[in-house]
Amino acid sequence: MTIMDYLNNNMATFLQSLMRHIEIVAISVLIGAFVSIPLGIYLTRHKRLALFVLAFAGTVQTIPGLVMLGFALILFGIGLMPALIVLSIYSILPILRNTYIGISQVDSSYVEAGRGIGMTDFQVLFKVELPLAASSIMSGIRISTVYTVSWATLAGMIGAGGLGDLIWTGLSTYNKTYILAGALPSAILAFVFSGLLGLLQRVLTPKGIRGESA
Amino acid sequence: MIHFQNVTKRYGEKIVLKNLNLEIRKGEFVVLIGPSGCGKTTTLKMINRLIEPDSGRIFINGEDASKQNAVELRRKIGYVIQQIGLFPNMTVEQNIAIVPKLLKYPKEEWQSIVRSLLKLVDMPYEDYAHKYPSELSGGQQQRIGVLRALAVSPPIVLMDEPFGALDPITRDSLQEEVRRIQKKLKKTIVFVTHDMGEALRMADTIVFMNEGRIVQKAAPEEMLRNPADSIISTFMGRHITSGRQSVPLYAEDFMRTKVLKVPKTSKTLECIELMSRRDVNSLIVIEDDETYFGTVTIEEIKQHGKAGRNISELVSNETITIGRKEDARTALDRLLESAANYLIVLNDDLTVAGIVTRTSTAKALGEALWGEMPA
Repeated sequence: MTIMDYLNNNMATFLQSLMRHIEIVAISVLIGAFVSIPLGIYLTRHKRLALFVLAFAGTVQTIPGLVMLGFALILFGIGLMPALIVLSIYSILPILRNTYIGISQVDSSYVEAGRGIGMTDFQVLFKVELPLAASSIMSGIRISTVYTVSWATLAGMIGAGGLGDLIWTGLSTYNKTYILAGALPSAILAFVFSGLLGLLQRVLTPKGIRGESA
Repeated sequence: MIHFQNVTKRYGEKIVLKNLNLEIRKGEFVVLIGPSGCGKTTTLKMINRLIEPDSGRIFINGEDASKQNAVELRRKIGYVIQQIGLFPNMTVEQNIAIVPKLLKYPKEEWQSIVRSLLKLVDMPYEDYAHKYPSELSGGQQQRIGVLRALAVSPPIVLMDEPFGALDPITRDSLQEEVRRIQKKLKKTIVFVTHDMGEALRMADTIVFMNEGRIVQKAAPEEMLRNPADSIISTFMGRHITSGRQSVPLYAEDFMRTKVLKVPKTSKTLECIELMSRRDVNSLIVIEDDETYFGTVTIEEIKQHGKAGRNISELVSNETITIGRKEDARTALDRLLESAANYLIVLNDDLTVAGIVTRTSTAKALGEALWGEMPA
């Protein structure tokens, strides 16, 4: 049985797995971004805390995905929820770090110019710092998304569904077709997400500084 | 207009300002100058409360600055910093319109402000309003920086080494422009620099600071004639003149550096067009490697020039040239002897440094004698 045969016979199941996979990635990265962008901004205002938090997040990142999923399984049981929790945690670090670095690297003269001409702290953040850091933040989101696409295959192990299901089924039954039917689309998915987000990154980078960051 | 009363500022152990008292009058152009770390920038930033004093008070228009809302205060005070102050993510128009927008001016109003300000510095709205700072030269960026500070016509404008990063020629013309704008709009300007030449050219009053104190506050002429302290004399370097010692002057001290140069491959018509646009009757012609080639006059082109031909065939090399380090006296003698009304000053590598004219000589002599001269 080739992959094409498999796809022809099981299109509905396959599409369902694919959609579930995309869903897991999208929700995890969105949660990650909602947590880490505000946190990253907060950390740029509290640099000493930042060192600690970034070091901690870095340590969490080194815990293997399987171990994390194991913990999640013990704590939250089987299903979508524990997978989303683990993947959201993983997606935080790249976005957090890029938000922090992106804003920290905005030249302090711009911030002072903003304050000096009478912007409130809020206006300095939204009119100066965030636009100038947009490219860096978006690149963090892109990295997170690509990672999450691959980590999400592990989520199949704890019953969250997605392309991981096909891979695990294939692995446990020595069925090459199943493995490829799960692995190839998830690799393609990573490329597609990366490309789309790269495009979005370019659009969100303010025109006047595109040359430098492209 | 601005009044410092016993202002002191410390950073940890280090005292940056010691019991500073300073009065700045309405419409006055005050330059704060001194060695780095003397407290001049701190003083400036206290006016718009980017830095708060530890003790003492600052009054603006009779009102205690610390009792006003800092953000609102800053919107009423123009602020120009070094080149980098323009926001790279905003166009020229957006940069200039920031403060009017913060103050919720209606769109028609801030648009007309942008137009009229750009007109003030000869940068047509159509050509520049929608460009980003990265598309402008350093001098143009800083012009926009100045305009941004003027957008809501604040009575006070603070300038923190605004021209420090510019080349000398651009700096010269911006200094003239700011001086002209200040005269026209009657602003109170507080200007920080470490360049004595700039201070002498621009200031009504120079405030010389050192180690957190004001060493001397005086008009430029007065400071040149009677520096209160040896550190001021050192700082003024070649600008200082006293009856006893005369500073050697070179041709370069007499020259004007803003000159029109064209490559020898230029066409006759474009030269004529350039001359009429800039209102001059001769041009300096240079080789491809920028070394001096000769001069060409408008009469020469009109009599012998043919449309579309290179000007190289019309160039005369009769104009007298002189090295920039030659004695100023020699330069003056040769200028007076010569039939032409200018000399070409050459750098060591034979590129053109500038020209000496009777006007530039008179101006340089005047500056040597009395300090600042009107442009």
